Order: sequence, then C-alpha cells, then structure tokens
Amino acid sequence: MTTFFNLTLAGLSSGAVFAALGLSLVIIYRATRVVNFAQPALALISSYVAYSVTKGTGSYWLGFAAAIVVGTVLGIAVERLLVRPLRNAPELSPIIATMGLLLVLQAVAGMIWSNEPHAFSYAFDFRGRFSAADLFAVLAVLVTATGVLLLFKFTSLGLRMRAAAFNPEVARLLGVRVGVMLTLGWGLAAAVGSLAGLLAVPPFISPTVLDEVFVFALTAAVLGGLDNPLGTIVGGLALGIGLSYVAGLLGPELVPLAALAILVSVLAVRPAGLFGRATARRV
Amino acid sequence: MLEIEGLSAHYGPVRALSEVNLKVEEGSITAILGANGAGKTTLLRVISGLVRASGGRVTAFGEDITAMPTDRIARSGVAHVPEGGGVIPELTVEENLRLGALWRPDRADRARALDEVLELFPPLAPRRSKAAGTLSGGERQMLAIGRGLMGRPRMLLLDEPSLGLAPLVAAKIMAVLRDLRADTGLTVLLVEQNARSALSISDYGFVLGLGEVVASDDAATLLADDQLRHAYLGF
Repeated sequence: MTTFFNLTLAGLSSGAVFAALGLSLVIIYRATRVVNFAQPALALISSYVAYSVTKGTGSYWLGFAAAIVVGTVLGIAVERLLVRPLRNAPELSPIIATMGLLLVLQAVAGMIWSNEPHAFSYAFDFRGRFSAADLFAVLAVLVTATGVLLLFKFTSLGLRMRAAAFNPEVARLLGVRVGVMLTLGWGLAAAVGSLAGLLAVPPFISPTVLDEVFVFALTAAVLGGLDNPLGTIVGGLALGIGLSYVAGLLGPELVPLAALAILVSVLAVRPAGLFGRATARRV
Repeated sequence: MLEIEGLSAHYGPVRALSEVNLKVEEGSITAILGANGAGKTTLLRVISGLVRASGGRVTAFGEDITAMPTDRIARSGVAHVPEGGGVIPELTVEENLRLGALWRPDRADRARALDEVLELFPPLAPRRSKAAGTLSGGERQMLAIGRGLMGRPRMLLLDEPSLGLAPLVAAKIMAVLRDLRADTGLTVLLVEQNARSALSISDYGFVLGLGEVVASDDAATLLADDQLRHAYLGF
C-alpha cells in the first residue's frame, strides 16, 4: 500500500510536467491545427537561457523569469516567421517545418552550450519522497493550467482566441484580429512549454534532455483529444501516475514502451481522445 | 452609404463578378437576387473583404474599403452574416452573441446590446448558456443575425437568411428585418434566392445573372415585371 502511495505521488509531479508540455501543444493545435514539434526545442532553449542567467547572477528565479520571457518571444517568432508564411501551403508543411526547427535548435543549443550535460538546479529541495520541488512542480502546473482555462473560458480575449481557432473567417467578420490571436496563442503556448521545460530538465541539461518528456506530453495531448486543454491536463496527470506504476512495479526500462503502447492504443481505439467529443470537426 | 463601381472578381480563371455597379441608399433594404452561381454571395464576400476584387471599387460611408482587411471593415460598421449564419457551434449562444460586440470599447453598451438582441429574438433567451450547436435552423439564423446586430452596425449584409428554413420561420425573419429598418433605420443588403419574399420587404432590387447586373429597379417594379420574373427569379 505504501509503495502504491509513493508511486502515485512520484507520478503526480512527472505527470504535471507532461500535462504542461501537452497543454502547450494543445493551445497551438486548436488555434492553428499544427502539432508544434519544435515545442521541446523552444523549451530547451529557454531552459538553457535559465541555466546561463542563473549561472551569471546566482539567482534561480531570475533565470526562471528569463526563460519564460525568452520562451514567449521564441513562440511568437516561430509563428510569425515560420508558420504564418506557410498558412496557404498543404497542411503537412508547417508540421514538417516545426520538425526541422526542432533539429536546428537542438544543434544550435549544442553549439552554444555544448552537448555535454550541465548541472541544472531544482527550484526547491528535491530530496525525499514528495519533495518541495515536486510540490512546486504540481502547484505551478495546476495554477498555470487553471489560469489558461479561465482565460479561455471567462475573458473576452479568450473568447476571441477560441473564435479565431474554431472559425477564423467568421471571427474576422466579427472584427476579431485573427492574426494577433494566433500570435498570442503561440506566445502563451511557448510560455507554458518553457515552464514545463524548467520543471522537466533537472538535474542535468543537454540538447536531447526533453525528447522523452515530449513523447509523454504528446501522448497526454492525444489522450485529451488534442484540442481539449482540460482533457490534456487530466491525461497528463493520469499518464504520469500510470507510468510511475509501470516503473515501480514492472521496471523503469518499460516506461517509454508503455507510453508508446498507450499512445498507439488510444489512436487505434479512440482517435478523438479519451475526452474528445464524438462530433467530427470540419477542418 | 454603399457604392460599388465597376467591381470584378475572379476565382482563379473563373469570372464571378464582372463590372458590377450598385448603390445602397442609407436606411434602405436592398435585395440582391438571382439564380445559384449568379455571383450574389461573391458580391457580399468582396464587400467584406473575404474575397479580393480584381477590379473596381467598394466605398462604404464615404471610405474606400476595397483593400481593407475584413476585421477592419467589420469594425467600421459593416456586419456580414454569411450563408448558413456562421454560428460557432462549440460556443454557447451568449458567447456567440458577445463575440459580435467585443471590438466595441463601451462595456455597458455591449451589455445593453445583448439585452436588446435577446428581446428581439425571444427564443434565444432561455438558451443563452446552451451550446449554439444545439439550436434549430431558425434559431441559428436568429442567433447569426442577432450576433451581427451586437456590433450596432450601420449596415447589415445578409446572405440567404431564409435558406433551408420552414416558410413560416423565414417569414418571421423577414418581418424582423422589416421592423428593424422601420425602428432603427438600419441599412440592409439582402441576398436571397427567394425573390418574392425578399422583394416584399425591400425598397430596391438588383438582379444578377452570371456575375453581371441584368436589372435594377424599385422592388415593386421588379415584382410586377413578368418577363424578368420568369427569366431570372423563378416565380
């Protein structure tokens, strides 16, 4: 029973990270119908910025803030410079472009910060069963996710962003600046993704450190139906706990395999996600 | 109010509008009539900037809007209710309505507009927190028109508001438009395939055939022109 409890707690904090990175994918997917494969690279660059700022100033929180700011700016830049020019190209083009950017940014990170791992600190003490750092991860993600959901549901900006995502043409006819909404969406998503990166990276940062987390985050997003923010958060937490059971009871080497098995099963059985509505969306 | 001069539009090599001249007087209801594919919808889409003109000019409220982005045209006071209404089914009825007024800075007046629209279309009031996808066809059209009115437009462009509706519901919508114009002096440009019902509430009518204006006159005169009715209006 204690084992079970411990595994659940351990799963909760990693699940929170999957949820946050998954959420950043979903915000973009529902706005632009693009799975942003560059998301882990954006989070990686901002985490490296945090590493450098923290190293230079000695303050973890200055690094943290710098990472969120840089992440947001990167997200906006990717939308403006890479995705928007491809808006009339075939659907797959922007997705391939973000994949290309992932490889480029990982290489650039290696060139600037080297491919050797550097020590990357936790926000708080990380020792113990459910440490302060774990608690911070869970709280930070829950607060952020709640903020994003409230923004979408209850603010006029959120309403405009949803309208621009659901039906850009009608949104324009109602005076919504759809381009601005897309840019804001990418900025917001990249900020959330950067938070996920900061939580997922420790104890060591290297250019490929987020690859595995990204697979889990993508699984969480698919579990949630890819355009359902709440579903993705629930999916991320459930996946974290589930994988923690797999690691604890069957062996940690089976974790990536289990995640992929879940991904494939969901896509095969419920392609709209566990929480996706059955209604087919016109794209 | 709205002036269209020598307007042409193409879809690739296909010519959808050719040298259309048209004028909408302030406070009038003007009907655009014609068969399927005559260019009626394209005309509205060019006015609101969704389709770019390949020639000619659109002037609204004395300002050239031919090359203006769609969202700015909307904010200048032109509300375009597209074919089928363009209701966003994932949003609630109230969210759809509020969306129509969000660009206006006056919060208190946005709330007033919401009350007015719900009063104008009573069936919407009890459904305001339901998803718009659950509405019937007639209610959707009311929602779409109501959403257009939320922005307190100076001109309303309506694309086939009676399409697919039961005759009684369609007649109700036409009556609402007629009353709106009478009460508020709203200018309406009404695209319809149902020429008889459109002309019954209109002051003027323009008949399009294959992208060209083939006739234009007072609504009453058009209604009385048997030859035109048979050739273009199908009744």
